[in-house]
Amino acid sequence: MNTPAEPHAHTFATPPAHPSAELPAHTPAKSSAHTPAAPAGKTAPPLLTVRDLRVVIGGRHILHGVDLDVAASGTTALLGRNGAGKTTTVRGILGLVPRTGSVRLDGEETVRLATHALVRRGVGYAPEDRGVFAALTVAENLRLAERPGAGEPAYDLVHELFPELKQRARQAAGTLSGGQQQMVAIARTLLNGNRIVIADEPTKGLAPKVVTEVTRVLERAAEAVPVLLVEQNLAVVRRLARHCAVLADGRTAHHGPAAELLADPDATRRLLGVGRGGHGTGTRAERGHTGTTAPEHTAAHPAARTAEADA
Amino acid sequence: MSTVVLLTLTGLGLGALYFLVASGLSLIFGLMDVLNFAHGALMSAGAYGTWWAASGHLPGAGSGGFGFVLAVVFGTAVGTLAAVLLELAVIRPLYTRPREQILATVGVGLAVPALLSAIWGADARPFLGPEALAGTFGLLGAEVPLNGLVLIAAAVVVLVALKLFLGRTRHGLVVRAGVEDRAMVTALGIDVRKAFTLVFAIGGAAAALGGAIGGLYFGSVDPEQGTSLLIFAFVVVVMGGMGSLTGAALASVAVGLVQQFANYYTSAGLGDLAVVVLLAALLLVRPRGLTGRLA
Repeated sequence: MNTPAEPHAHTFATPPAHPSAELPAHTPAKSSAHTPAAPAGKTAPPLLTVRDLRVVIGGRHILHGVDLDVAASGTTALLGRNGAGKTTTVRGILGLVPRTGSVRLDGEETVRLATHALVRRGVGYAPEDRGVFAALTVAENLRLAERPGAGEPAYDLVHELFPELKQRARQAAGTLSGGQQQMVAIARTLLNGNRIVIADEPTKGLAPKVVTEVTRVLERAAEAVPVLLVEQNLAVVRRLARHCAVLADGRTAHHGPAAELLADPDATRRLLGVGRGGHGTGTRAERGHTGTTAPEHTAAHPAARTAEADA
Repeated sequence: MSTVVLLTLTGLGLGALYFLVASGLSLIFGLMDVLNFAHGALMSAGAYGTWWAASGHLPGAGSGGFGFVLAVVFGTAVGTLAAVLLELAVIRPLYTRPREQILATVGVGLAVPALLSAIWGADARPFLGPEALAGTFGLLGAEVPLNGLVLIAAAVVVLVALKLFLGRTRHGLVVRAGVEDRAMVTALGIDVRKAFTLVFAIGGAAAALGGAIGGLYFGSVDPEQGTSLLIFAFVVVVMGGMGSLTGAALASVAVGLVQQFANYYTSAGLGDLAVVVLLAALLLVRPRGLTGRLA
């Protein structure tokens, strides 16, 4: 789909009922209010287009129709309070949970593909829990991500970004710190020439120093490959994301330029449950975390304190 | 002393037989969460395949020398093929329905012995092997049957081969990762279903080999042989820790030895009870089995 770049952020009063893969039929001609951000500029269509993504697990409706565009370059952030459906959206895109709707990767409909088949089309995935195989060594974890017949794995890049992983190649991944495990998870997404990287809360539970390191790596990665970033740390979002979509109750509630959203205290409070967006790039006082019950200062929230968990 | 030596070696032989069945069972459960109640049937397929071939039905095969080796290879191939068919035709369509999957494997586990009975009768058939393996050899005053040693040797070879496969090959790496987190393996772009089929084939081959050489150990084959051993194989899997080969090997040895010694020093039949007591005691101390994996 070739959605024009959206000049302003939009908040959905109610999400579109059945958006099509193209522009929703009821979208006003002069406004793209119900069209997810097409952030790559007027000429670049989104790399990943999600329409009306619905997930039902155990009879419970988790996603009620998520729309999302991931730009063909840079980082697109997927935001929302805890339980909004961010991780389920990612898992639905990948086919890790049963889903309906439309998921187009570079124009190709993938919703009927098995997860492995979709991933082989060039999707790197770093899951929320890192998905590291604890009993395997670091080298084995990376070797699993190699795709035979898909070109030489980019170990040079991975070792340049994460020199520690080379030193710890023979160490069982289960004995690594949380930060090191996250490095393994991200390294696996960069090993192949993926067309998109999906990172689900890559800074969750990490110490500030490691958050900075992971952010730096994702910034570097986004120069080469589009990134869909699920993130609660708004300082990270501010630094990395050009565009964002916000989920609420399993629906797309907002999309638009990330900076615009974060600069709007009312919108961040309403959509993300944080008192203010913050204006820095990572100091504790400025590190906004979503998913709270609207505390006035996010650093006081326990989510911010959990950042000390791992070194 | 000679009694202890004899009991130890026959116990190890029995343990080797359990391991051959349990190794595949453990990998299948560890990777696929499938309780394969048809695994005993795969062993029976191997035993009958070998017996059929060694009885002169397969050109070149026979009960002695290279002919017997060929018969064992044939029996193992029959069990492997049966395992692959079982996975593709019965297990795969029921991946998302675990209860039905269990019922289906139970059904196959009952149907195969019935089929074998219908074709070759319910009575045990004498299993002829090489004469060289029918004798005994002296060790520390005990006359130890050679066929038990063949079983032990086969189990060691299978253990080493599986370890090499799991540790040195990409397919083995996929299986080890899949035992830990199947969904994540898929999310790395790997078709885990191929690993499922492969593990079923490997498990079927090991069980069928156990059936083939087990025929030597018991001196006969009968339709219920595999099924009767399956319960002990499950005990071994639980004791060893789901998905752990080393655990299965250790538990096999323990079960075989306890069974033999208890049968001899108490009264015949109490060996089975002793195994159950051993299982209960182990799970009280180590609920996740010998290797700490979730049972």
